Amino acid sequence: MEQTSIVSLRNISLSFDGEVILNNIDLDIKDKEFITLLGPSGCGKTTTLRIIGGFLEPDAGDVFYEGKRINGTPPNKRNVNTVFQKYALFPHLNVFENVAFGLKLKKFPKEEIKKLVTKMLAIVDLKGYEKRSVAKLSGGQQQRVAIARALVCDPDVLLLDEPLGALDLKLRKDMQIELKRIQKMTKKTFVYVTHDQEEALTMSDRVVVMKNGKIEQIGTPIDIYNEPANAFVADFIGEANILDGTMLKDYKVSILGSDFPCVDKGFGENTPVDIVIRPEDIEITSPEEGTITGDVTGVVFKGVHYEMEVRTKNCILLIHSTVSSSVGSHIGMRVDPNNIHIMNKLFPTPYNELEAEVTYCNEAENSVTVEIEGREVDIPGYSFEKGTRLSIILPPDGLYVDGEGIGQLTDVYIESVIWKGAHNEIILESDERKWIMHSAQDEQVATYVPICFDFSKATVKVLDGEALNED
Amino acid sequence: MKTKKLIIPYLLWMFLFTLVPLALIISNTCRDEAGNFTLLFLQKALNYKDEFLYSLWVAFLSTSICLVLAYPLSYFISRSSERAQRTYTMLIMVPMWMNFLLRIRAWVLLLQNSGPIDSFLNMIGVDIPLMYNTSAVVLGMVYEFLPFMILPLCTVMGKIDKSLIEAAQDLGCSRLNVIRKVVFPLSIPGIISGVTMVFVPSASTFLVSQYLGGPNNRMIGDVIEMLYKSDRHTASAIALLLMIVILVFMVIMNRFGDEEAVGV
Repeated sequence: MEQTSIVSLRNISLSFDGEVILNNIDLDIKDKEFITLLGPSGCGKTTTLRIIGGFLEPDAGDVFYEGKRINGTPPNKRNVNTVFQKYALFPHLNVFENVAFGLKLKKFPKEEIKKLVTKMLAIVDLKGYEKRSVAKLSGGQQQRVAIARALVCDPDVLLLDEPLGALDLKLRKDMQIELKRIQKMTKKTFVYVTHDQEEALTMSDRVVVMKNGKIEQIGTPIDIYNEPANAFVADFIGEANILDGTMLKDYKVSILGSDFPCVDKGFGENTPVDIVIRPEDIEITSPEEGTITGDVTGVVFKGVHYEMEVRTKNCILLIHSTVSSSVGSHIGMRVDPNNIHIMNKLFPTPYNELEAEVTYCNEAENSVTVEIEGREVDIPGYSFEKGTRLSIILPPDGLYVDGEGIGQLTDVYIESVIWKGAHNEIILESDERKWIMHSAQDEQVATYVPICFDFSKATVKVLDGEALNED
Repeated sequence: MKTKKLIIPYLLWMFLFTLVPLALIISNTCRDEAGNFTLLFLQKALNYKDEFLYSLWVAFLSTSICLVLAYPLSYFISRSSERAQRTYTMLIMVPMWMNFLLRIRAWVLLLQNSGPIDSFLNMIGVDIPLMYNTSAVVLGMVYEFLPFMILPLCTVMGKIDKSLIEAAQDLGCSRLNVIRKVVFPLSIPGIISGVTMVFVPSASTFLVSQYLGGPNNRMIGDVIEMLYKSDRHTASAIALLLMIVILVFMVIMNRFGDEEAVGV
């Protein structure tokens, strides 16, 4: 495969109504590759596609096409065609006229158009459908007309915006293979947008994983699956056991209280890290032979494999195995060092560190009031003079979502939720900073929640030194 | 079906105020004072064929001008945000809240001799008759009926999916080609209902031409109004003919629309 870039995005940023949609995106799309932009809804993948197509202009940054800057070039002047999410076929034209639309505009001679359209309809398996009305076609057929309509214009780059989203599962699987076949046959660059990780892994040469307007990782499907850049990517692609661990030294990691040999290095000593172990990489052994042990609490038959839930001392692990163990049995588990994947933590510190100034001291009730992001918050159990600056270290379990809906901070954005085997690790964003929280409850990513603080778990210091723990 | 009963009140209404009057008009047309069948009045009605043709001509002019004014505006409105769309639609409706007669009287005040427009034109040395000609009648008609062209166009254009326009651009359409190749064919149903809603009342109205057209620019509506007191048989015959002409016109329009609107 040729490795020259056909489309390059440089420092692309875009905001809409004050909300950041794309945050400094850099991306090189190679000639003739099948590249997929993958991410949850609202991650900016469609916006990126629309910028390449020329339907949106970035606030900042440059779009290059074969090395030439094309910012401001309208869609009709770009050698790029799009397959739209809802196909966008012209209802007043039949199948032939729809496919011929672009060629007629380019003033191709009539016989030439007829030849090209017929050939393209054959490629997408719609021979003999020329005279049909597009409204009477099935979803899959409309889809293929849309692809033919875009491809017949002979673009170098074809943009596909979740084109299989409206199809049922069986048809979607067929179309995935079909699309890959068409891409290989026509030797075009395909830029594909989807939120379906399986689709991305099946079809792509490279996958771009996006979240909150940023690129999290770019790599081949195998890289993305086996070497995820962080817990978000690991969680989004496939199934995974994501656990907290500590890198003791190079090639040695502590997970769930046991030490494991591993193949990673360069994280430093005693560094908290995230661990990914894919469910199929956990080997079941007898309790004596296992590095860790646990009890099987659930078994589900999935066709090719069994999916087992195993409760260890302090978490629940997911195992995929072709051999089943019965519910209630005590088993040992072992993981090959090659299959323990170690990643930097999403949150830079294992706790929340903040500074605040005492605004009021209630001596009678032995509590102080501090200001956090413009809100007055009481910390019971301390007594400081007004104006004292405090350093507060709040562990992840010192935060909770207020079920009553009032909260000490309101409208805090949930940036990510990752199940860590025993609790959810939730990263939140308020007006001024990010927070890390552990919670047994499941929260919905990209929603806003009110949060409360539990300062009984916090360590409070006066900023000029001296620790003043409550007990 | 039980819901069928819901249309009974309207059926009664239609019978009393549409079918019965229609029957009376037909009876007036085809029977003389003594009650004998005759085609004399229809023949008499044909004496007014100049007014007939003039009415159709004025209606044609007004409808065309309305379409030319309304089409680009409607496209603009249908592409703006929903909030803006509501505001624009309201602004278009506002003049209609005022009494029809008052609006026409206002035009008379504006256009009459030594009225504000005439005075201004005289001041800069232009002396053209502003009132009592076809232009004044057409102006009044366009003013009256423009909203009836804009509203159906807006509705139909608003329903054109934005992605169709993007797809057209994507396939190489310039802005003008987007309108020619996609928006226009898809907006034909709107054009048809707009044209019908403007053409039919412009062809049959009488007040506008009476106020702005004067005695030399009589339209068929004026003739009917004038004749009715003296010769209600001939007036009925003209009304009947007018109705038939309009009916034929509407059938043609709808046929045309059905063919064009396949698949929409």
